[in-house]
Amino acid sequence: MNLLRRYILKSAGAAGALAITSGLLGTGNAYAAYNTAAFSAKTIADALKGLGAESATASHDIIVKAPDIAENGSVVPVEVTSNIANTTNIAILAEKNPNPLIASFNLSNGTQGFIATRIKMAKTANVRAVVTADGKKYTAVKEVKVTIGGCGG
Amino acid sequence: MMNRREFLQLLAVAAASGMAIDSKQVLAGNAPSNFYDVPKFGNVSLLHMTDCHAQLLPIYFREPNVNIGVGEAVGRPPHLVGEYLLKYYGIRPGTREAYAFTYLDFQAAAHTYGKVGGFAHLKTLVDNLRGSRPGSLLLDGGDTWQGSATALWTKAQDMVDASKLLGVDVMTGHWEFTYGADRVKHVVDNDFKDKIDFVAQNITTSDFGDPVFKPYVMKVINGVHVAVIGQSFPYTPISNPRYMVADWTFGIQEDNMQKTVDDARAKGAQVVVLLSHNGMDVDIKMASRVTGIDAIFGGHTHDGVPQPYQVKNAKGTTLVTNAGSNGKFLGVMDFDVRNGKIAAWHYRLLPIFSNLLPADQAMTAYIDKVRAPFADKLNEKLAVTEEVLYRRGNFNGTFDQLILDAIMKVKDAEVGFSPGFRWGTSLLSGDVITMDRLMDQTAITYPATTLNEMTGATIKSIMEDVCDNLFNSDPYYQQGGDMVRVGGIQYTVSPNNKIGNRISNMTLKGKPVDASRTYKVAGWAPVNEGVTGTPIWDVVAEYLRDIKVVKPQPLIMPKITGIGNNPGYAA
Repeated sequence: MNLLRRYILKSAGAAGALAITSGLLGTGNAYAAYNTAAFSAKTIADALKGLGAESATASHDIIVKAPDIAENGSVVPVEVTSNIANTTNIAILAEKNPNPLIASFNLSNGTQGFIATRIKMAKTANVRAVVTADGKKYTAVKEVKVTIGGCGG
Repeated sequence: MMNRREFLQLLAVAAASGMAIDSKQVLAGNAPSNFYDVPKFGNVSLLHMTDCHAQLLPIYFREPNVNIGVGEAVGRPPHLVGEYLLKYYGIRPGTREAYAFTYLDFQAAAHTYGKVGGFAHLKTLVDNLRGSRPGSLLLDGGDTWQGSATALWTKAQDMVDASKLLGVDVMTGHWEFTYGADRVKHVVDNDFKDKIDFVAQNITTSDFGDPVFKPYVMKVINGVHVAVIGQSFPYTPISNPRYMVADWTFGIQEDNMQKTVDDARAKGAQVVVLLSHNGMDVDIKMASRVTGIDAIFGGHTHDGVPQPYQVKNAKGTTLVTNAGSNGKFLGVMDFDVRNGKIAAWHYRLLPIFSNLLPADQAMTAYIDKVRAPFADKLNEKLAVTEEVLYRRGNFNGTFDQLILDAIMKVKDAEVGFSPGFRWGTSLLSGDVITMDRLMDQTAITYPATTLNEMTGATIKSIMEDVCDNLFNSDPYYQQGGDMVRVGGIQYTVSPNNKIGNRISNMTLKGKPVDASRTYKVAGWAPVNEGVTGTPIWDVVAEYLRDIKVVKPQPLIMPKITGIGNNPGYAA
């Protein structure tokens, strides 16, 4: 592993935190309108409706990368890549979570359609990405299994 | 030399079991002198062992009579048992090979053909093969450091040194990680330094995704560049305690596998092989999707598969092998590489018959030395068994039933859970159960026994969860163990159904299990941190000392429905 990077990050930890809290790394997106209807929805159908994505088109140009089986349901790594031109938003939903909409990322003009984060999942479900490009909605899913563990091998 | 009385006994045993008897062979101890004559072929040879589970000495190991395939895997290797396997591979019943590859006539065949495996015998075979195959490599697919008392008590040092003495060149892992990340790193960086390459393309740090081990190693064999990529067990942090490898992440990592193969090819590899601990169904799926791998040397699912299964993908064919468990087999792959490509190949999965292979003296001396300090503990006689004791099989094994009986009795529980591990040696009727043999079934670094209260609904959901790890129709969602062994409760299982609908008709002492009632459930091997309890071996040892004799009793099996005539099932 990259020990030098680790060392630099450790040394820079305090300074980095300061930069974030003081808004130096912030962008205008932080002030985008919060979609209360979508984020507080309790079912996947309502969340999609809140996003205006009830009839989003399934797309192979969206790649949802997540583990087949989660190693830890509390921090499931999810990456979404959108190869659709003019992608301006990527939203992530865990279909069986109490509040399915996890996050919505606004991307400025020309930003690469890529986001990576970690999400919490209580049970096996599809992780769904909804991409907005040129005002249209596209979607793709990846099933992530959450299991009790043990008893293997 | 066998006397007349022993010979007649042997004949009687063989006849009673309906085995094909050739009197000349029996007289000769059925020991063909040329059994291990494997003519040299080609210019690149790879020897492969896997899942020896720390068995330094010869043992018995009964292959399963239940290994059900689902989805595309129905009737496909490795999901063939008994007669189905013999027919598929053209092996004659009653022979030495039939004994090695199937459970058929196990007790009688074991008496006739003897024990299998043992590092001293394996060493002799490895050295012989290497003599005729200069430059060959010995690959170890892992699960080498766990499965015996001495491995546990020496924190795997006995196996680390035995592997070096045996001459292992490249290794990957699974149960190795249950000694903790620090222990594995220590061995890899010190004991293995410049001797054994530990490879794993699918282990990265949880924070930045940095590789923890080398993804592959490039070797030059007789002028041919050969890349050996490592794939450790993808679900180690799920099947085994995550806290032991808290800073590492595993998974199948198919994209990275393809990148690794392409990188090795770009750097001049003419042969690319994968040393895998995926399990065979996962390997077969991966071989259909990742291109550029010539052969996968697989393990984890403990399948003794006589010949490679050939998988076609977008750019070619990948040979998928699996080399059994417990030191019982050695795979020998000979490639004839010409003009930078494999022109032809020969493969044999050689059973290690310890009475056909003289023990290597240096290895024997080493094993004796390792075991000596523990001799009294290892040799303690706990009980005698009057039935064959084994573990391997999808649903239950006679030794598991014994473990369940023990924990339920000692813990005063109505229900017992015992993990569906695939390791654990076998005992013949009449054998003494020593502490050594008990540890073969139980030697893990998280051995606590537990007693919990669970509702009927919780019990069912646990059974459904584990059953899905075994029978999910997509191999990438399988974890490669067998079904949790359940004591007290009888049930019906429908492997082809989906999760939530496989388990039905659960009864306890003839009464339906009540979803809302609370039951006392005994178990062992908790994967959560901080759980304490008497080690499982102490609980079972106490029970065995008490009963003294293990009487034959019917194996309690679930009722299996909806699988038709599945070649992975023999009643």
